[in-house]
Amino acid sequence: MNSSLILSIITFVYGLAGFLYIFAWIFRKPAAGKLASWVAVVGLIGNTAGIILRWIESYRMGIGHAPFSNLYESLVFFAWTIALIYLVLERKAGNRVIGAFTMPIAFLAMAYASLKTGISSEIQPLIPALKSNWLIAHVITCFIGYAAFATSFGIGAMYLIKQEKEAEAVTWLDIAKPLTLFVFVLLFSRVLLVSNWAMAIMIALPLCIIFYIGVLLVRRLPADFRNRLLGVFPEAAMLDELGYQVTLFGFLFLSIGIISGAVWANSAWGRYWGWDPKETWSLITWFIYATLLHARLMRGWRGRRIAYLSLVGFAAVLFTYFGVNLLPGLHSYGAFGQ
Amino acid sequence: MNTKQSSENPSAIDQIWKSFATVKLTIGLLLTLAATSIIGTLIPQNESPGAYLQSFGEILYRIFSLLGLFDMYHSWWFRALILLLVVNIIVCSIDRLQATWKIIFARNPRFNAARYRQLKTRAEFNHDGAAAHLKDRYLPVIARRFRFHRTEDTDNGFAIYAEKGRLTRLGVYVVHLSVVILLIGGLIGSIFGYEGFVNLAPGDSAGSIQLRGNNQILPLGFEIRCDDFKVEFYDTGAPKEFRSSLSILKQGKVVEQKDIIVNDPLHFEGISFFQASYGNLPPTEVILNFTSQATGMIYNQKAAIGKPVEIPENLGTLTLKKFTRQADFKGHNIGEAFIGELTPPNGIAVDVTLPLKFPSFDKMRKDKVFIAIADFVPRYYTGLQVRKDPGVWVVYVGFMMMIIGIYITFFMSHQQLCVEVTADGPKSQVMVAGTSNKNKMGMQKRVTQLAHRLENLPAAK
Repeated sequence: MNSSLILSIITFVYGLAGFLYIFAWIFRKPAAGKLASWVAVVGLIGNTAGIILRWIESYRMGIGHAPFSNLYESLVFFAWTIALIYLVLERKAGNRVIGAFTMPIAFLAMAYASLKTGISSEIQPLIPALKSNWLIAHVITCFIGYAAFATSFGIGAMYLIKQEKEAEAVTWLDIAKPLTLFVFVLLFSRVLLVSNWAMAIMIALPLCIIFYIGVLLVRRLPADFRNRLLGVFPEAAMLDELGYQVTLFGFLFLSIGIISGAVWANSAWGRYWGWDPKETWSLITWFIYATLLHARLMRGWRGRRIAYLSLVGFAAVLFTYFGVNLLPGLHSYGAFGQ
Repeated sequence: MNTKQSSENPSAIDQIWKSFATVKLTIGLLLTLAATSIIGTLIPQNESPGAYLQSFGEILYRIFSLLGLFDMYHSWWFRALILLLVVNIIVCSIDRLQATWKIIFARNPRFNAARYRQLKTRAEFNHDGAAAHLKDRYLPVIARRFRFHRTEDTDNGFAIYAEKGRLTRLGVYVVHLSVVILLIGGLIGSIFGYEGFVNLAPGDSAGSIQLRGNNQILPLGFEIRCDDFKVEFYDTGAPKEFRSSLSILKQGKVVEQKDIIVNDPLHFEGISFFQASYGNLPPTEVILNFTSQATGMIYNQKAAIGKPVEIPENLGTLTLKKFTRQADFKGHNIGEAFIGELTPPNGIAVDVTLPLKFPSFDKMRKDKVFIAIADFVPRYYTGLQVRKDPGVWVVYVGFMMMIIGIYITFFMSHQQLCVEVTADGPKSQVMVAGTSNKNKMGMQKRVTQLAHRLENLPAAK
């Protein structure tokens, strides 16, 4: 039994947990929800075991290093952090519907790591630039930050579903929203899935259409069924507060992550900041979340506007994580095809 | 007229001050910085004008160049945005600090029971014990949880006021100050520091380096010598280690020695040497293969540039003339090669090209002897990044302050509590109410828990 096999199995465990959370939510089956929690816990334990085993295997191969050195390993750790943060949140908030919106992200991260061609799951020796004690601190703090933002993204999406505005007159915003969505989906299709823009459009267009058909269908649902679905969500104010708390957590760890990276860069290359695309994008992400915090604390923004900022923030997180691999820079060891 | 002017002047300053003291400006600046920063990640920075001209064309190149987009993070407008943000941060902080100063540094915090009675975060219950007894029982419970507490007797009982975390209100100013300190550190580095590089072959030394950007030569004030440089590779071909053995010499004497690898530089007198790159040097010695066409015999012989080698079987003399990185064969680049001169006995000398990568290349000459490079010891030079940055410690102080500040700002709060006990015959009525400047949900929990604890406390022994 090697770590790759365990981690492939965990992909399905997370998928099952996500499915059970969604099932329990839509069909109001608390028993399925409880089962989902246990499956998620099993997934987290297995994920932990997989990471530790991979660590041990690397030492057996004589190239021992912490398993945080390439895209595959970072995705596995990303899923681990999301599962952990979600389970802690579930205990604290006592609501399992959030699991329907966050566990699928952990599943997608694992599935992407296993299925995407060009992401090698082999254990590779460390290149000289990564041989540093800062590697563990930098990667762990960054990914706790990323995972917290993934969670606040899920919560923000829940808020927007729950507090959907009644359709009024069509404003420019109503036209801008689908366009923005399309641009983002297109961008991420290109970054994550395919290697040219034409194919990205072929993926993004149907995805957006399916999304809006879904939105329309949900709107057409009988009112009592809709209320049943949304009634089990935490209260809007509670969602807003939870999302905010998780964002704070993410902001602290993103800050530590950027700073540890800066200190590391200074000891490796002699400069703590070099406007490398990955550095710059992490700073852009930091700016967006700093905006969110200032808007909420000082301008009293709540609810929908904060939720939209969480979505934009998470898009920046994803771009920092994946998109930068398309751009020239020093962080290429986290890139595809390695 | 004079009085009018003097009364107008402060109002003008006031207005400027006010326009900088808004969080709207902060939000606008943060979002603008986020949006504009993207440009520099899409356009590669600090490349040669030729490369830009080729990829953007004449017109776009002019426009981008005018806007400073090829070095945008150092352009005047990006710096201006950062400067505006700093002024905004400072003005906002001073503005708000003036308002909260009195709350934070009050010698005797004032409490007002009436205010607590109206709080939402409040719990009430009845206790069997008499008010007088409860005071001694409750005080230790409160004291354990709150750093500051004070008891006041009321007409019909007593009230305990407690609080903690008053200074955490300063956390946000610590974060704001850290941003300013970071930028000061960066400024110190860019004024008093430099960045350069020096390439050294093993055995070579240098007393000066080449600065990045303007290609100036900067004397170091000492000599740096490369004693040895090694590159190791994994079986996969990926690099494993670059190691330079360096010595620092002052007046010809070695004063410091260190092996540096990536992530472990050499520091000397405020100047740091980083393992940054490496490159190939021509081999000094090669082993040549001479294959005699007549006998089919192969002879191995060592050779170095300039030294003639006698080829066995009286086939002539070979002299290696030079090494070239890019040998040419009918317009094709065949890579690194030695150029030699072959002089057959009693014949006319001919030039031979001996590429490192294609050992059978010389067969094409169809001569009596064919020559190949059988083996050579690769030689590399080491590329050192040289850096002086006296501002780095200021930046590190800023880093620490930022982490601590963010933790204080978002995860600690100023909590105030009031426990009021009113005698109700032989029994007592108890109210527990609390407030905090952050995490109100958490405070609600604390108050509930505390009320529960106090309610179940036995009144007297």
